[in-house]
Amino acid sequence: MKKREAVIVGIADVPLQDGKLTESLCVLQVQARAARDALRDAGLSMRDVDGLLSTGMWGVPGPGQMPTLTLAEYFGIAPRFIDSTNIGGAAFEAFVAHAATAIEAGRCEVALLTYGSTQKSEKSRNLAGRPSVLTMQYETPWGMPTPVGGYAMAAMRHMHEYGTTSTHLAEIAVATRKWAQLNPAAMMRGPLTIEDVFASPMISDPLHLLDACLVTDGGGAIVMTTAEHAKALGRAPVYVRGYGESNTHWTMAAMPDLTRLTAAEIAGREAFRMAGIGHDAIDVAQIYDSFTITVLLTLEALGFCKRGEGGAFVSSQRTAPGGVFPLNTSGGGLSCAHAGMLGIFLLIEAVRQLRGECGERQVQNARTALVHGTGGTLSSGATCILSQS
Amino acid sequence: MYEKPLPVLDPESQPYWDALKQHRLLLKHCRACQRSHHYPRELCPHCHSDDLEWKQAAGTGRIYSYTVARRPAGPAFKADTPYVVALVELDEGARLMTNIVTADVESVRIDQRVAVQFDDVTPDVTLPKFRPV
Repeated sequence: MKKREAVIVGIADVPLQDGKLTESLCVLQVQARAARDALRDAGLSMRDVDGLLSTGMWGVPGPGQMPTLTLAEYFGIAPRFIDSTNIGGAAFEAFVAHAATAIEAGRCEVALLTYGSTQKSEKSRNLAGRPSVLTMQYETPWGMPTPVGGYAMAAMRHMHEYGTTSTHLAEIAVATRKWAQLNPAAMMRGPLTIEDVFASPMISDPLHLLDACLVTDGGGAIVMTTAEHAKALGRAPVYVRGYGESNTHWTMAAMPDLTRLTAAEIAGREAFRMAGIGHDAIDVAQIYDSFTITVLLTLEALGFCKRGEGGAFVSSQRTAPGGVFPLNTSGGGLSCAHAGMLGIFLLIEAVRQLRGECGERQVQNARTALVHGTGGTLSSGATCILSQS
Repeated sequence: MYEKPLPVLDPESQPYWDALKQHRLLLKHCRACQRSHHYPRELCPHCHSDDLEWKQAAGTGRIYSYTVARRPAGPAFKADTPYVVALVELDEGARLMTNIVTADVESVRIDQRVAVQFDDVTPDVTLPKFRPV
């Protein structure tokens, strides 16, 4: 029997205006609409779904604590494969991995991944620390602006050890904005210079406001099935060629080395090994950009450059449109949208690039894409390598 | 009235916070691998041994990394801005989250030597903070 090959066959995200939903919706409606549209994109319906993967930050305490229970009920399905592992922003890259494993093992035929957030409409985000219980009783009382302070300390240490500068970090914000300027759906489309980043308020040294991602609403869904099934549906599949995941810490004091994303190193190594390709084969990358420093550390951890050389790697707008390393082509979390957990949106953009649906921002001959999610405070990492064939 | 978040004590952390009330900073020390760790755990995070004991730390170390919070971690910290949040590596090797107590936040540097300063924030809770030495 021919090996079952897992593919992504449907994607959708919900429209936003200035980072907010275009109409007033609750977080379950958001996910239902994204699911409906992704299934329509796949040529499938909800009754075909037998795998459900979701997590989020909604409905806690309450029905969001066990999100697949709530969503299966809300959608009216009884899946035979379920996963709600919450590793923060990397969760959906891990979900693609888990769904691929389940599909290839025959544990489900059609997997639906959904995410939703109404954090901007609800004004529910602030910089307060996490509840001061268990491991957090050793961190929250000292008032680290959360999560930015953790990323700031990582940036500070990287600058100390390797001579990385605020200019290096600003290069990432500026290059990402240039991509956003090519994306009609992006929230921030005005011109941006390195001087503009420096002129924005300092939030947590050395990170400025424009080193930080947006805070927006958002909803997205992904449908996965087998290559054979996709072919029968007449849809162009995106293949899942390699994946990996890891996590190391939750508190900042326990991060093994602030200049090094151990989780991303493990995840990336696994993904490249499984895909059987080298870094040169990656045509376009979508790398979690909660903050500019997140991108720089991840590029090093995934091996696109050596440790300490991330600053040089992103210099001279190498990651901007027309640059040698097309990165975060939607405008990313920094300039397009960031709905609390960015992971699913990175995957959706990668699929659009591989399908050639990106209009002005389309990367020519994009055949292979790397997607990497980061969650917690540089805590978890999950990598997916996707391809057209 | 102290309005900042306070630690919620549990059976594992009680001895740690009790010692701080007496202005003593404790670390868990592993008899098997001779390394210290923070926060206190049931198994050594380095070698996974359960042969652990409490030891009093010297209270000195260096700044591993830090940030100056220009925006507060919630309203309770607003009056303190700008303030320094740091990870201090104690001379025993364990790292902890703390504040650097200084009148000049711009003077703080990585690798700066620091010493513990006990801040009795409530009758029940003492927070270990650090000042440059």
